[in-house]
Amino acid sequence: MLSFYVHIPYCIKRCGYCDFNTYTPSELQDGATLEIVSNDYIDAVLRELESAPKDQVPTIFFGGGTPSLLPANDLGRVIIAIKARNGLTADCEITLEANPDSVTQEKLQDYLAAGFNRISFGMQSAQPHVLAVLDRTHNPANVKRAVDMARAAGFESISVDLIYGTPGESLEDWRKTVTEALSLGIDHISAYALIVETGTKLAAQIKRGDLTMPNDDLMADMYLLVDQMCNAAGLNWYELSNWAKLGKECLHNIAYWQSANWWGLGPGAHSHVNRKRFWNVKHPTAYKQKLFSGESPIADSEDLTPEQLRDESIMLAIRMRSGLALSLLSEAAKDNLAAYKSSGHLEIIDGAIQLTAQGRLIADRLVREALA
Amino acid sequence: MPAIPIAKAPQPAATNPAQIRNFCIIAHIDHGKSTLADRMLGITEVVEARNMRAQYLDRMDIERERGITIKSQAVRLPWRSGIDGNEYILNMIDTPGHVDFTYEVSRSLAACEGAILLVDCAQGIEAQTLANLYLAMENNLTIIPVLNKIDLPSAQPEKFAAELARLIGCQPEDCLRVSGKTGDGVADLLDQIVAQIPAPVGDANAPARALIFDSVYDSYRGVVTYVRVVDGHLNPREQIQMFSTGVRHEALEVGVISPEPLPSKGLGVGEVGYLITGVKDVRQSRVGDTVTTYQNPTKSPLAGYKDPKPMVFSGLFPLDGADFPLLRDALDKLQLNDAALVYEPESSAALGFGFRCGFLGLLHMEIVRERLERESGINLISTAPNVVYRVTLEDGKEFIVTNPSEFPNGKINSVKEPIVKSTILAPSEYIGTIMELCQERRGTMQGMDYISDDRVEIRYTLPLAEIVFDFFDQLKSRTKGYASLDYEELGDEEGNLVKVDILLQGEAVDAFSAIVHRDKAYSYGVMMTGKLRELIPRQQFEVPIQAAIGSRIIARENIRAIRKDVLAKCYGGDISRKRKLLEKQKEGKKRMKMVGRVEVPQEAFVAALATDADIEKIKAARKQD
Repeated sequence: MLSFYVHIPYCIKRCGYCDFNTYTPSELQDGATLEIVSNDYIDAVLRELESAPKDQVPTIFFGGGTPSLLPANDLGRVIIAIKARNGLTADCEITLEANPDSVTQEKLQDYLAAGFNRISFGMQSAQPHVLAVLDRTHNPANVKRAVDMARAAGFESISVDLIYGTPGESLEDWRKTVTEALSLGIDHISAYALIVETGTKLAAQIKRGDLTMPNDDLMADMYLLVDQMCNAAGLNWYELSNWAKLGKECLHNIAYWQSANWWGLGPGAHSHVNRKRFWNVKHPTAYKQKLFSGESPIADSEDLTPEQLRDESIMLAIRMRSGLALSLLSEAAKDNLAAYKSSGHLEIIDGAIQLTAQGRLIADRLVREALA
Repeated sequence: MPAIPIAKAPQPAATNPAQIRNFCIIAHIDHGKSTLADRMLGITEVVEARNMRAQYLDRMDIERERGITIKSQAVRLPWRSGIDGNEYILNMIDTPGHVDFTYEVSRSLAACEGAILLVDCAQGIEAQTLANLYLAMENNLTIIPVLNKIDLPSAQPEKFAAELARLIGCQPEDCLRVSGKTGDGVADLLDQIVAQIPAPVGDANAPARALIFDSVYDSYRGVVTYVRVVDGHLNPREQIQMFSTGVRHEALEVGVISPEPLPSKGLGVGEVGYLITGVKDVRQSRVGDTVTTYQNPTKSPLAGYKDPKPMVFSGLFPLDGADFPLLRDALDKLQLNDAALVYEPESSAALGFGFRCGFLGLLHMEIVRERLERESGINLISTAPNVVYRVTLEDGKEFIVTNPSEFPNGKINSVKEPIVKSTILAPSEYIGTIMELCQERRGTMQGMDYISDDRVEIRYTLPLAEIVFDFFDQLKSRTKGYASLDYEELGDEEGNLVKVDILLQGEAVDAFSAIVHRDKAYSYGVMMTGKLRELIPRQQFEVPIQAAIGSRIIARENIRAIRKDVLAKCYGGDISRKRKLLEKQKEGKKRMKMVGRVEVPQEAFVAALATDADIEKIKAARKQD
């Protein structure tokens, strides 16, 4: 089996907190429109596809950037090509990341027709002042409209992404956001603590003192709140930052966390195939040039040693509800972790370590203990 | 020209003592001593103009960079007097000007019959110069007062001539005026040295007696011993004998400094020069000892010096524990040239393995540390300096404490600390400020005198511990740099002193224990616990940081339990990045020090101890990595 990630490296505008590998049309070419810069992009992606293994495909995920900026036809070409070449499993999960502002009823119907069966909206917050700090363009009311349209179009799996810990956001603000998200009747929520990435506009604002990051205690309270509210609404945590109704977990992301084989198409995309990780050149122009001149777009790669593989599995498994099998741990690691059992940070269920909500908040620390 | 070509000048071992003048220069740092010395080397032509470089006699980089002299030097200068037209040999013995090196000054003085008191006539005399002047007067040296830097626009020669006249009891017009920079007045000064300073007196036929006033380790030649011959004669290839130990060596080479070493046929009465015996350890050529000959030894030694005694102690630790053997080698090497440096291995729970070192004072400590770092490339962290305490328990047992963590537990009867007699010279407008500072530092005023219309000499007794703790910096900053300080040991005095421990989760952290006055214990405790709270990362559990005197807690902070340590996102491309971060953190965990159950990054200890200068150095080292 081989999952596919398809990177769409375009946005209309760069949000202030974002350091993803994405570009606005004018960044790529002076005065250009999206049509001009993306013109032959799908051609390049299809070229790259030719070098991937031909295993059957259980999940495809279109991320970005803003995949919903491209018409269903363009994205559909990739789905058709993968299907024709590798074949899809019967229940293959095909996800589209979408900006609530850039979708219409008609467009959503077209995506569904092109083969998408799961959609994830970047909601981030229901509070205008929080969205303003995040530098997001969408109107919070558009989220409900977009979700309703998606449901009307026939999407059965709908998710929203939320961000907490934005400068100026109170616990009450966050409670309203989560309440609003849960009221949408969706079946999946991803909620991420805001990370200030160096080089972003947000980082500069914080450095200048225009904005102040909330302290870790507030962040921790926000996490506990979303966890408790989601679980109460029947969306159970299945990974540190993800909650879903039973059977609605994102299979594509689970593939990452289980170290399955997956291939990333597009500039800067990472792949993992049989204990080897490799990644493409970052810039869309360089990516296209390589592929159109018959060269590999791979920038670099690493072969994972058994120790690195083990470290990765520990680091990933500990984040999941299914937990970290005790059999993966050294005696020293078990000793280290024993103290965290008595302090209520973890439980042992069926020979695996499962983190409590308090434990998930210090998961990286627990990983360091587990790696001993 | 009154210079005499060296070949035609009176030769070592064949110079009539009546033609010899031995002198030193007493001056404060930056009053122009090295420049004047350079000028003397030039005007007597012992250094050709094309070979001249600034601060010719300062051998170490540190000396040149800091503009200070650490080790004394002796240079033989031939000179034809402009007054009587006769040939003379002037031996200039260079002296350090810092309070820490007073013992070096006293050695130089004992080798001379006269001293030039050199004062910058834009600044006036400084406290340390005054102390050295008194030392010279006690040694019955002829003093020639000289005002330097007369070329400066800000020079006030009349004012400072009056000041010097008052201090040494001469007439203001007796003060010579020179400029080391332009050479003005230097020839006249050399003539005055001949005219005023008495020639050395000794018995050429008596058993040889020479005073060791310095010994220096040279990696090529071994120990070079500087001597002043009082009686008799020292010859090359002769068996010499150290009076104190009776140890015998062959004098492989005897010579004079001119200003490079120049082997000679020997050294006669009144002459100053060096000898080399092939010995590798400076301690075998103890400064202050008398050199005599094995064939015809003297029965009475010359008056020696007091051994220098370390006054200030500090732990020196390599930042990287693996550098410990390097540090030991570097200290061993440094000690070859610095008999005043003492050290012994020390192990600290917080800082690992290092050495507890004893220094003459703060400058000595700074210089040693700088030389260790520079010459061996080790990054060091030092604990806060402390003095020596004598602790007596109620049962009468006595302890000498040079490390606060060794302060005895149990019922204490008394704690004695070293007291110094300090002299501060400053413009009179700062009298109030200085008195305030000295009061804060537990000082007792001993007196005050005007040395000129607007400058005063203020005398205080102070605990040395107070001086060791940023007193000098405070004095300088509160007087805009105008005040100068000198101090000398005055003995021990009982003080109301306590040891403050800093406890992490109930366990004392050795590096932060301090012996302080009871009135200051609280503020030390609050300062240290606050600092550590900022520096130690949050742990799985709450960690109390306490300051305690014995079992009594005087200050407390809490590091709250950690609540969040996780990166929320971990998808495709994040995985490699996150794994690499973990690999790095795994390495970091190895550098963690455990204090009980508390995990503390070494950086936190370092930052808590570091001075601003240290932090800059650490940053610079990180940048290079």
